[in-house]
Amino acid sequence: MASPIEQFQIKPIIPAIGFTNSSLFMIGAAALIVGGLMFASRKRAVVPGRSQSVAEMLHEFVAGTLKDATGQEGMKFFPLVFSLFMFVLTANLLGMIPGFFTVTSHVIVTFALAMLVISTIVIYGFMKHGTHFLGLFVPSGVPGWLLPFIVVIEIISFLSRPISLSLRLFANMLAGHIALKVFAGFVVSLLAAGGAVAFLAPLPLVMAVALMAFEFLVAFLQAYVFTVLTCIYLNDALHPGH
Amino acid sequence: MAQAQAQTPHATTEAHGGAHADVGFPPLKTETFAGQLVWLAITFVLLYVLLSRLVLPRLGGILEHRRATIAKDLDDAAAMKQRAEDAGLAYETALSEARGRAQALAQETRSKLAAESDAKRKVLEADLGTRLAEAEATIQAKKIQAMSNVRGIAADTATAIVERLTGKAPSAQAIDAALDHVKA
Repeated sequence: MASPIEQFQIKPIIPAIGFTNSSLFMIGAAALIVGGLMFASRKRAVVPGRSQSVAEMLHEFVAGTLKDATGQEGMKFFPLVFSLFMFVLTANLLGMIPGFFTVTSHVIVTFALAMLVISTIVIYGFMKHGTHFLGLFVPSGVPGWLLPFIVVIEIISFLSRPISLSLRLFANMLAGHIALKVFAGFVVSLLAAGGAVAFLAPLPLVMAVALMAFEFLVAFLQAYVFTVLTCIYLNDALHPGH
Repeated sequence: MAQAQAQTPHATTEAHGGAHADVGFPPLKTETFAGQLVWLAITFVLLYVLLSRLVLPRLGGILEHRRATIAKDLDDAAAMKQRAEDAGLAYETALSEARGRAQALAQETRSKLAAESDAKRKVLEADLGTRLAEAEATIQAKKIQAMSNVRGIAADTATAIVERLTGKAPSAQAIDAALDHVKA
């Protein structure tokens, strides 16, 4: 039986252009997002049908999250935040289908997405506020002798953002899929052992079913957490003064 | 590089032997990073462009159109309500005006009729008064006449009675004196 980490193996499909199963599922997720949303909104109905309601709900959910965190001026980042949310969510959910590859279970992908967010913040922050953007590291109302320490802590906290942002998503997806695989593997092992032990097989099966439901929650929740943190960090770029 | 990496996972899968040489932890295999990054960049740029150019304007347009439609409908409804209220108010005013006019008219008619009937009654009363006076005068006259007749009859009767009793007619002076005496 394949090991629990076999599912994270990158397998080439078209080696000549480096097209792998990871690339396939990235493209698949993007195609699913664009195709699904275009299909759902094809009627442009004033009174939406079911699929259009879902598309509108996603739109308003992300727009609401962004607006809550950054206010109206943050809405210029809406396409970016919406793309991030939809990509992470779709990649996470696609990974829940047995046999499918989970794009977000690779730290390089989540780290690249986190760096995209952080570099957007840094570039936009300096473009909009110039050196005033560095005020992000200097909280107001701190006594003078404490300031150097606070600034160091703020810088470290800022630098750890892309790491925590990417590791959180990566670790959640990885651990969830490994746990699922392990419990599912127990079912097979117990059945293969035969005899009285085989009667214990339903126990890990129940666990696997429960974990499956939990992983669906995690798949959505991690996409949401990634989005919310992105919005909060974007707010720093928009309003660097604490 | 990609070629080399292409072969190894295939080998493990086909051999179905997990404990092969290629047992590194897949997410930490740095040789796969470049390929993933390139494809992620391609995918994400594509996704971003398609979403921001095509999908989001469409979804935003739908939502905006709905908001505008609802707002317009609400405004229309408010305007219609205002008009209905105005119409109701105009109706009320017209009604109270009409009621006032009707009352005035009724009052006028009533007073006119009262005046008319008053006048008629006065004419009638006057007529009756004259007639009554006439009748009273007639009665008075008749009474006077009757009273004078009574004296004549009494005189005649007295003359006849005295003549029958005494055998001779009394004098007219004696009868008159006797009548005056009786009358007094």
